[in-house]
Amino acid sequence: MFKKLTIAVALTLGLASGAHAAGGESHVEDFAFSFEGPFGTYDQNQLQRGLKVYTEVCSACHGLQYVPLRDLSQLGYTEEEVIAYAAQFEIWDPTLLDGEGDFRPAIPTDHFPAVTSAGAPDLSLMAKARAGFHGPYGLGLNQLFKGMGGAEYVASLMAGYTGEEKEEAGAILYENTAFPGGWISMAPPLYGEDVDFDDGHSNSLHHISADVSAFLMWAAEPKMMQRKEAGFIGVFFLIVLSALLYLVNKRLWAPIKRKPTA
Amino acid sequence: MAGIPHDHYEPKSGAEQWLHSRLPIVGLLYDTIMIPTPKNLNWMWIWGIVLTFCLALQIITGIILVMHYTPHVDLAFASVEHIMRNVNGGHFIRYLHMNGASLFFIAVYAHIFRGLYYGSYKAPREVTWIIGMLIYLCMMGTAFMGYVLPWGQMSFWGATVITGLFGAVPFVGEALQTWLLGGPAVDNATLNRFFSLHYLLPFVIAALVALHIWAFHTTGNNNPTGVEVRRGSKAEAEKDTVPFWPYYVIKDLFALAVIMAVFFAIVGFMPNYLGHPDNYIEANPLVTPAHIVPEWYFLPFYAILRAFTSEVWIVIIAEFLTGGIVDAKFFGVLAMFGAIVVMALAPWLDTSSVRSGRYRPMFKWWFWLLVVDFFALMWLGAMPAEEPYATFSLIASTYWFAYFLVILPLLGVIEKPLAQPSTIEEDFDAHYPPKDSASAEAAAPTPAE
Repeated sequence: MFKKLTIAVALTLGLASGAHAAGGESHVEDFAFSFEGPFGTYDQNQLQRGLKVYTEVCSACHGLQYVPLRDLSQLGYTEEEVIAYAAQFEIWDPTLLDGEGDFRPAIPTDHFPAVTSAGAPDLSLMAKARAGFHGPYGLGLNQLFKGMGGAEYVASLMAGYTGEEKEEAGAILYENTAFPGGWISMAPPLYGEDVDFDDGHSNSLHHISADVSAFLMWAAEPKMMQRKEAGFIGVFFLIVLSALLYLVNKRLWAPIKRKPTA
Repeated sequence: MAGIPHDHYEPKSGAEQWLHSRLPIVGLLYDTIMIPTPKNLNWMWIWGIVLTFCLALQIITGIILVMHYTPHVDLAFASVEHIMRNVNGGHFIRYLHMNGASLFFIAVYAHIFRGLYYGSYKAPREVTWIIGMLIYLCMMGTAFMGYVLPWGQMSFWGATVITGLFGAVPFVGEALQTWLLGGPAVDNATLNRFFSLHYLLPFVIAALVALHIWAFHTTGNNNPTGVEVRRGSKAEAEKDTVPFWPYYVIKDLFALAVIMAVFFAIVGFMPNYLGHPDNYIEANPLVTPAHIVPEWYFLPFYAILRAFTSEVWIVIIAEFLTGGIVDAKFFGVLAMFGAIVVMALAPWLDTSSVRSGRYRPMFKWWFWLLVVDFFALMWLGAMPAEEPYATFSLIASTYWFAYFLVILPLLGVIEKPLAQPSTIEEDFDAHYPPKDSASAEAAAPTPAE
């Protein structure tokens, strides 16, 4: 009974959560990100490249209001570099000018500014607010082992423009193979070679799409490495504890079950 | 506690006697932990401890989360992000709490279906069963309100859909819904009262758990044979039982450690797998998500809720007979709550004199079909409300009711049960033959579970 139930639970949870992603018939490409799976880690160089793409392209319309600028030290930047980076953003400080408020350059304890002018969504949690490839066959196994695939979705969206446009109700829509419904109001943000990297890393559309998506995954889940580490330590010690308790239990019950006690 | 005869606590030192004559709490704890427990319990009897652990886990992680959470529509979402990013260990504590709810429900469903298979609900354990059903209802209320607190899109729209069910009640529905929400729509007042109740209900559950344990410690545990422990004398009872400590404490701790290893793997490596991505978007009353799907543990009953549309003949009849008072929406609500009510009434609907499903050849098939039906409903609850899922949902919902209202009462009459062992000791000896009679007993095969 126990085994049958366990298998049934596992399968149905996969199927039931399957419906979450089964909405549109959009195509999400399977990018091989370094942070996938239980042992995957963020690639710091990739995060730095992604930050550059965000800063030079995305930040014009999209904010990152939940991400503290000081967290950029996690990407390998020194304190001075973070201070210098923060200073390029203007933020509203209501305490200035005797309470009238004024703009001032951001400092590391501030968050990235929220950008609302273009009506574009905040990107702080975008990589967790979307899901990627759910299959195979709606079983959810890909998401189970590789993560929910939000970063894959973002990367596929960046690289998924076909070049087709149409006008609908006064707005221009752009065809995109990853977007549910196929037509998105955001103009193609990246074309390839939009930014240049100091180390000469490839800036093809495919590569910078992956880079900025990895950065957004970090922005959405900055504690992923700590979480996996804690999970790994927990699982390891619980397996050891299970083994010990198994032996204690076996030894304890042996006389009751009339088995030899070694 | 009454029930199976066993040794009771005897205060020895002067200090123990002093306390015992004033408050016999040590004696109560001793009797609880040393309770004689049938020695043939299988691995499906571990879920009680897992559930108690889940309750403790949820209360402890929850109290820590409350220290950093802000129940306000403008601040709640940001305060959860504050927990995820700035609070020491906050991300892990929140993921423990979030996935702890799923573990809680996996355990409670296993526990309930264990009870249904081995007839744990039957006399004299009806009160234990009813208290268990009340715990389950409180769990659903707590989980639902807890899901609203992060104030994401699914929080908001889930709350809107579910509180909307109360609006379906005839005559008073709208007033009732407004009273529940604290206003005309889900808003700050709703968030605040859900927060308050989400904190209160776990302690109600804790009290009910104490009653649940008290009740089944009075009647004694059920066991896989369904045969009662002999109570003629202490010596007789000891042939059927072992004390809970250390035998079942260690066994349950082993099972708990294995389950925790899996649980930590989920929390550490795939914490959002059972969640919905839309809940990482802040609640927006102006944007409705494409699919509003409840958490997985509500899906079977959500499927029953949606199954009874206005085209179903029983709904049409109900609507006609009540002069339109019971419409399709209200019928769905009645069906959803009715699905739990019929389960709670199982002790009086099951007419069989045999307790354990192990000795009921026909019952077994219907029981396993109910398990399949439950998972089918769970899957259907996540599917969009369109064909062919609507028809499947109706069939699966019908079976749920038929099992309790028709099959259980009939089986007791038409089924010819297999021979039961006369004592627990006999069943145990069949599994673990005594040394001297090993050859004689080994020939009799035991029913496999």
